[in-house]
Amino acid sequence: MSTTVTGTNRIVRPLQYVALAGYLVFLGFPLLWLVSASMKSSSELNSLNIQLVPESFHWANFSDALAKQGLLHSAANSLFVAVSTTVLVIVISMPAAYALARFRGKIRTAGTGWILVSQVFPVILIIIPLFLILKRIGLVDNLFGLIIVYTTYTMPFALWMLQGYIASIPVELEEAGSMDGASRLKVLRIIVLPLLMPGVVATAMFSFVSAWNEFFFALVLIQSPDNYTLPITLKMFVGGEGKVALGPLAAGAVLATIPSLIFFAFLQRKLTGGLLAGAVKG
Amino acid sequence: MTLTREAAPSAAPPTRGKPQPNRRSGIGRAQRREAIALVIPSLIPVLAFSIYPLLNGIFLAFTDSTLKRNAESNFVGLDNFVRLAGDTFFWESFRIGMIWAVSVTVLQLLAGMGLALLLNADLRLKWLTRLLALIPWAMPPVVVAIMWRMIYSPTTGPLNAVIGFFGGPSDTNWLGNFDTALPAVIVVGIWVGMPQTTITLLAGLQQIPEELHEAAAIDGANAWSRFRNVSLPSLRPIIASITSLNFIWNFNSFGLVYVMTEGGPGGKTMLPMLFTYIEAFKNRNLGYAAAMGDVLVLVVVLLLAVYLWAQFRGEREK
Repeated sequence: MSTTVTGTNRIVRPLQYVALAGYLVFLGFPLLWLVSASMKSSSELNSLNIQLVPESFHWANFSDALAKQGLLHSAANSLFVAVSTTVLVIVISMPAAYALARFRGKIRTAGTGWILVSQVFPVILIIIPLFLILKRIGLVDNLFGLIIVYTTYTMPFALWMLQGYIASIPVELEEAGSMDGASRLKVLRIIVLPLLMPGVVATAMFSFVSAWNEFFFALVLIQSPDNYTLPITLKMFVGGEGKVALGPLAAGAVLATIPSLIFFAFLQRKLTGGLLAGAVKG
Repeated sequence: MTLTREAAPSAAPPTRGKPQPNRRSGIGRAQRREAIALVIPSLIPVLAFSIYPLLNGIFLAFTDSTLKRNAESNFVGLDNFVRLAGDTFFWESFRIGMIWAVSVTVLQLLAGMGLALLLNADLRLKWLTRLLALIPWAMPPVVVAIMWRMIYSPTTGPLNAVIGFFGGPSDTNWLGNFDTALPAVIVVGIWVGMPQTTITLLAGLQQIPEELHEAAAIDGANAWSRFRNVSLPSLRPIIASITSLNFIWNFNSFGLVYVMTEGGPGGKTMLPMLFTYIEAFKNRNLGYAAAMGDVLVLVVVLLLAVYLWAQFRGEREK
């Protein structure tokens, strides 16, 4: 609240900073610790003398994680799944988002209703029959099966984002284009698409990060280590290797976060600008 | 694209609400056909991999389907539900799930509200806090779990080191202790879910017109009473929707706790999602697990209906 009464300011301000510092530590310290652990040698990690800044920077954790522990292979799997999901989601949801944004009536109501319901979908109930269905068509323990599932479950929110971006492009622009004699397709390609590009990029990144981070479906649907995605490999680390691989584990965890961080460098302003608020209030 | 040029403007009637009666009915039909054609590509995967499994899942609960080889699946009526009613392990897990979901949701709201208010005041370092508040949301749940396992580590974790530094007991096994395991994972749940709550509440706070606060301040209201009488009522719908969503997300949460504790120690963090997963894919009793899923979904839907009904009734009475 910017209209603070000046009298209370002297007492309130320091308290606010204390609270802010508390939040900073709570939110930031675990991140710092993870990064620090990723650069510590295993002897330092297992020593009882605990400090945040590593005694010596042990970069070998990162190469160890990638080369020895099979993270590189899983990262390639994750990348393949996430990129395919993203492309599929965008291609499939773009026309539907256009329909949702531009045509009113039953389709819009049903579509919006479905999107909202899908946000609260009981995955635990879905996963059992989904497993059986995918098994029947031979897509269990198969990266393509994972791509299909991710596409289905990322699409509703992607659709919601995209239709928001389309709705914010004035219809008048399309009308003006068609009055000038351009065909419908040409109007879409020349007028709508360029204006929509930032929205497409944001939606694509959202889809990518969702697929990249996903754990539950992968845990159930993927069985052989050859097909593990990054989160599954990291999880296997936790159980099996124990303390020994702590450094490489932290390094792998840091590496697995990088795509999401890039996403945030891109999106930070848009998200705070009310994209989520719009999604919730809608 | 079957539409003619003249038809394009009518594709999106300028008036909101009911579509205008279309004099050229042929175009109305063409428009509808076009809309359907646009929607179908996204409808097919949804029908095949989301609606059909949902219905199928409800049905599976009435069978004795298993994952065992060559096992037949028979219709068994309500047997699974009768068995489930007497399954104390399931209800214990259900109780833990409720404690988890309710406390994480409530504490997320309180912590998120505090942070949103701070971010809405003119303070320095806001950008850093905002950035830090967003990162947990983007991190893979597995990574978050690994990170907090390190923090909580009984021998080499910084938490025990800090407590030891201040003279407290420095050997607590946070995730391995019967008493501390659930509170410890709840803290991580708050850490993960705060960003979304904070950002949503912040957006709501920023929509409140400045004049309301100014008027209240002139009337002599202090910060707390301005928060209670100006901010809180305006935020009410946002709070209702974000808490409902958070509750469902938290109740359905899986990866975080699974990686941190796998439900242990002694089932103290066995959320219903984990319990059902183990029943389905470790014990291979699909039908029985589906019955658990049915019950969980039903309870969540009922709870939410009551909560939202109470919220909106409160709204109307105002």
